Amino acid sequence: RRIMATVSVCKYYPGGFSFDNCKRNALLEADISKLGFSSPAARKTGTTICGVVYKDGVVLGADTRATEGMIVADKNCSKIHYISPNIYCCGAGTAADTEMTTQIISSNLELHSLSTGRLPRVATANRMLKQMLFRYQGYIGAALVLGGVDCNGPHLYSIYPHGSTDKLPYVTMGSGSLAAMAVFEDRYRPNMEEEEAKRLVRDAIAAGIFNDLGSGSNIDLCVITKGKVDYLRPHDVANKKGVRTGSYRYKHGTTGVLTKTVTPLNLEVVEESVQTMDTS
Amino acid sequence: MNTRGLRSQLKDSVPVTGLCPQAGPYGVQDSLRRGFSSVKNELLPSHPLELSEKNFQLNQDKMNFNTLRNIQGLHAPLKLQMEYRAARQIQRLPFLPSSNLALDTLRGSDDTIGFEDILNDPVQSEMMGDPHIMTEYKLGVL
Repeated sequence: RRIMATVSVCKYYPGGFSFDNCKRNALLEADISKLGFSSPAARKTGTTICGVVYKDGVVLGADTRATEGMIVADKNCSKIHYISPNIYCCGAGTAADTEMTTQIISSNLELHSLSTGRLPRVATANRMLKQMLFRYQGYIGAALVLGGVDCNGPHLYSIYPHGSTDKLPYVTMGSGSLAAMAVFEDRYRPNMEEEEAKRLVRDAIAAGIFNDLGSGSNIDLCVITKGKVDYLRPHDVANKKGVRTGSYRYKHGTTGVLTKTVTPLNLEVVEESVQTMDTS
Repeated sequence: MNTRGLRSQLKDSVPVTGLCPQAGPYGVQDSLRRGFSSVKNELLPSHPLELSEKNFQLNQDKMNFNTLRNIQGLHAPLKLQMEYRAARQIQRLPFLPSSNLALDTLRGSDDTIGFEDILNDPVQSEMMGDPHIMTEYKLGVL
């Protein structure tokens, strides 16, 4: 009986992150600049996101630019993610990380609320997010602004990539956070009306868009109140793409015809065959 | 859940030796994936999270059992661990992955989703062990 070259026994690994390529990547990183290439840049949402608590609920705002190094990867990306019918979350940092983290937490919250039979609370989402982000020690680059209205009223949290959270009446995150925070610090007052709160968030995001390279394009807003969510996308198109003023099409008759000769090509049919199409 | 004295309980839960054997699936040095063979390569983890992720479930269980023991007495974790051991023995044939449904229900992870369910799901793995070799290994004949 012939035995093949040995294949060792295949152990089943439980799944999740695989660190198989880390050593290879470390070797490549060290040598890649010598070879003249650069390593691929992750798509980030260098961003301005912010949130504010007003009289009846929470207003979340975000810009819509996604960057990959120095290039704008997406001019109109959506940074306000759905977590549950009464909770939404804005995400800054690595785009894939924020997307997947918010989707996982949304699924977990759905299962949890089916199990308890109640509307989920913002504090639950906050706790789940911070425990997951702490487990991965900041390697998941997701900085989030979590806001929603539950049975205890409106809540707003900011969550940092390493897992720390803050519960505040107004928060900003992302590369444009300083510009947005300046607007908040100037004009925030407790218990605002809805229109005033929306104007404040719009102005804060606009400050981030115009003063920070990593943020741009439009302004998205999400107004969450008890029992109602207004997802305004786009709320304000702050940067319209220019319209072409001239046309490069030439009118008919621009090129004059000088001479015209017609040469007939005599082709005869040599062979005619029919091939049936394979539609299986 | 962070209880006092947790550091002392965790100190011997992370095995360090033989982290990553240099041999690949065919018993030879796998330079492409694991780099050049060196003692440092084998002892140090390739990523700071590798150790903590490998032992995450183990550490969680240890922490929970210790808390349970402190609150309810020794019988509680003892009974639970007996049930875990029984549930862990419900498997399919040696070369087929098991869904571990009973174990998941006991742990309470049947109504949570994490990265271990989305990334590298063992059910969708492209490699399968050779059935003959796996059964021989399981029966101790290999």
